[in-house]
Amino acid sequence: MKFAVIVFPGSNCDVDMYHAIKDELGEEAVYVRYDEQNLANYDAILLPGGFSYGDYLRSGAIARFAPIMAEVVKAAEAGKPILGVCNGFQILLEAGLLPGAMKRNKNLKFMCRPVTLRVQNNETMFTSAYEKEEEITIPIAHGEGNYYCDEVTLATLKQENRIAFTYADNPNGSVEDIAGIVNEKGNVLGMMPHPERAVDELLGSADGLNLFKSILRNWRESHVTHA
Amino acid sequence: MYKVKVYVTLKESVLDPQGSAVKNSLHSLSYHEVEDVRIGKYMELTVKDTENLDQRIKEICEKLLANTVIEDYTYEIEEGVAQ
Repeated sequence: MKFAVIVFPGSNCDVDMYHAIKDELGEEAVYVRYDEQNLANYDAILLPGGFSYGDYLRSGAIARFAPIMAEVVKAAEAGKPILGVCNGFQILLEAGLLPGAMKRNKNLKFMCRPVTLRVQNNETMFTSAYEKEEEITIPIAHGEGNYYCDEVTLATLKQENRIAFTYADNPNGSVEDIAGIVNEKGNVLGMMPHPERAVDELLGSADGLNLFKSILRNWRESHVTHA
Repeated sequence: MYKVKVYVTLKESVLDPQGSAVKNSLHSLSYHEVEDVRIGKYMELTVKDTENLDQRIKEICEKLLANTVIEDYTYEIEEGVAQ
């Protein structure tokens, strides 16, 4: 399986993402620059964390107009798995591929530490290797991860079972403890915590690896023809 | 040339964590008459003469300057900026 790791000016978790795919998952990963205009050859798209364009104006606000984003939208429409982590999530929100917006953390602090997440929906292509309600340890590292959406959107997210992860102990003020959501079709996941930083016990946790394994397993099931 | 002053603030319905911190600080300085603080952004655009100026500025605000999911914007257009 071939993963594209999108690199914006100011991305800083791209190498972690690349490492998670190549060395831990054992699949192919390629860095794709923000100014490239073709993602046709990739099976999955990863938008890494960081501070794209210095977080100027709003996190993700400028990155969403980078040339590669038109291709990301196309890939989303084609049903390819798209994962946005941290700044990647913020970019997906700004691009309108996921609903809602991010505010400053409730306590106004940049927080960088492991947190406990609860898998709310283990029937997505990103979470199927987890148990439902499974508690996993994944680090967060953000100053603007206070997820907000209006009540109508929240009701829709709940009704359509689109809340993938919640925080066991809400660190940032997000509505309904939301840590990660998927789009209507279920092929775009945005999450503030960093699964790519939790792919080996050496890093403190390997709980993030199942997310990437889920993507791989679902891709194989739909693409590999059985003899 | 025009000078366009754009103000972007969080919507009334959206809690403003920065605003509450500043309000609390003002209260601790005993400015208890301050009931609420909302923090926003102020931007100045220098714009060449163009058709549909008002429409263009609206577009600019909605496309980039404000995130209308959580923010409101207002603007003022001033004519005749010195070159």
